[in-house]
Amino acid sequence: MSQQMILSSGLRRSLTAVTLVGLVVIYVPLALVLLNSFNTDNTFGWPPESLTLRWWKLAWHSEGARNALWTSIEVAIAATAIALALGTLAAMALRRSRFFGRNVVSLLIILPIALPGIVTGLAFQNGFRTILGVPLSLWTIVIAHATFCIVTVFNNVQARFQRLGVNFEQASMDLGAGRWTTFRLVTFPMLRSALLAGALLSFGLSFDEIVVTTFTASSHDQTLPLWIFQNLFRPNQAPIVNVVAAVLVLLSAIPIYLAQRLSGSTAETMTGAR
Amino acid sequence: MSTAISLRGVSKHFDQVRAVDDLDLDIVDGEFFSMLGPSGSGKTTVLRLIAGFEEPTSGRVLLADEDVTRRPAFARDVNTVFQDYAIFPHMSVQQNVEYGLRVKKVPGAERRQRAEEALATVRLEGYADRRPHQLSGGQRQRVALARALVNRPRVLLLDEPLGALDLKLRREMQIELKEIQREVGITFVFVTHDQEEALTMSDRIAVFNEGRIEQLATPVELYERPVSAFVAGFVGTSNVFQGEVAQQLLGEEGTFVIRPEKVRMSSEAPGEARSGPAVCAAPGVVREVVYLGSTTVSVVDLDAGPTLTVSHQNTDSSIDAALERRDQRVVLSWRRDHLVSLGAAPAAPVASPEEETA
Repeated sequence: MSQQMILSSGLRRSLTAVTLVGLVVIYVPLALVLLNSFNTDNTFGWPPESLTLRWWKLAWHSEGARNALWTSIEVAIAATAIALALGTLAAMALRRSRFFGRNVVSLLIILPIALPGIVTGLAFQNGFRTILGVPLSLWTIVIAHATFCIVTVFNNVQARFQRLGVNFEQASMDLGAGRWTTFRLVTFPMLRSALLAGALLSFGLSFDEIVVTTFTASSHDQTLPLWIFQNLFRPNQAPIVNVVAAVLVLLSAIPIYLAQRLSGSTAETMTGAR
Repeated sequence: MSTAISLRGVSKHFDQVRAVDDLDLDIVDGEFFSMLGPSGSGKTTVLRLIAGFEEPTSGRVLLADEDVTRRPAFARDVNTVFQDYAIFPHMSVQQNVEYGLRVKKVPGAERRQRAEEALATVRLEGYADRRPHQLSGGQRQRVALARALVNRPRVLLLDEPLGALDLKLRREMQIELKEIQREVGITFVFVTHDQEEALTMSDRIAVFNEGRIEQLATPVELYERPVSAFVAGFVGTSNVFQGEVAQQLLGEEGTFVIRPEKVRMSSEAPGEARSGPAVCAAPGVVREVVYLGSTTVSVVDLDAGPTLTVSHQNTDSSIDAALERRDQRVVLSWRRDHLVSLGAAPAAPVASPEEETA
């Protein structure tokens, strides 16, 4: 039981004010994006003279935007799948053994998320084109994205392992379950929410990535961020870009909401187990 | 009687630490066997070696005369009740109890029936559909027990399973565990650091110290005839006489132990309590009197030097008198045959523990 913090009323009021200012700074521009997607004026004159659904219709029928959206989803799903498999395996491998250089390996896995995107992008472009001689494609984007998506899964799974300890798995083996059965019936179910949280983060990271993508995409593969960037300054495409942005704002709320609910409910069952 | 578990020359080293040091041990089929010792004495490591969570550095582990030294935990016919229970949080009580049968591909109907029986054995009927986080500590402990018992293992290993329970519940569970063990007839190997717990439940007790067994005996023997100062001090309270004091008070060389309840305390009156061939007596001053409900414990500084602890059942109403004894002079006396020699003198005084503790 934590004791309720007692704040003076003046401090409380200024904290409320700071919070409100912060929220306003973040959400007013976002609201503006939403509002402008209905603005009849295609140069976004303020205040909007009248509202229209025309841009939404145009965006719906824009083949470029739709293709870019699918490309982004494909890339994000593929990168997340690779991250889930490799990130989980890496966390499991590092958990079981205490070998020399263990921390170095752990650091090497986490490092890509801290590397500047432009460095990663350049490195991959060089690596693919000049060293390996692989033409840039959707898969080169996927591989480049997977390098930093792995980190989210790896970190989540490693943290979960640390919290769980080895007792549950030992109990399972003790009751006669082999290693694979133990993983299937005990380890995996207890990792599930950590994997889901890692996957959501990984999907988000890949979905809005632009710098690394610029360097690893071929000229005819266009992810949504690339498409937005290229169409932003074309006057007749700007309203459609605005609609796409508005859709993304609305869509990104879903995984965050899910992740929050998930972590809340698992925290409960995990502590209940103690 | 056949042996359930044998350890032959088993050692387990963790880096430089010898957790278990060249241990030989035989545990008989159907007995309630306790491994007692302070933390770090190696008792839990021995349990984990039997369960298969650790591989010995050297030596062999046999289950029912079969060498299982290199066999993983899931291929050994033993089950463990863990200290923190390790109940699977994502499964119901029923699913937890059925787990061992499920992975052994026992058909559903039999599984349910055996789980029901196991839950009845640990008095948890009607809890099958609960989730682990809805249970109290004592109930979780019972689930862990049922989950192990349902497999009808040859040996059940218990790693300080009562440690997390409060005193009253622990006492109840001690008696219940013993009952359950008689009921199912499975060999129980019980690890604990609580000497009272070990004395209450066990057929035999091994006292561990620094990776070795200090003494292996029945509770009565262990209490009445400890073989070393460590055992005497760890199991119950002991008064120890050594060297010159022993010579002076007892007229013998060596180290001797006497239990607090075997010492009589009487007022210092002429003619009372003299040393003789069968009885020793020594005068002193009462330093402290502690009333413990069923017993009263007095701490007496003997004139000869050592401090003795004396305990008495509060069977009559003379407690007030006892409490008033603080700072009074008294005479302590005890029978010579109640003294236990710890080796130095070759001929140990003959004790008669059986009739004393019946």
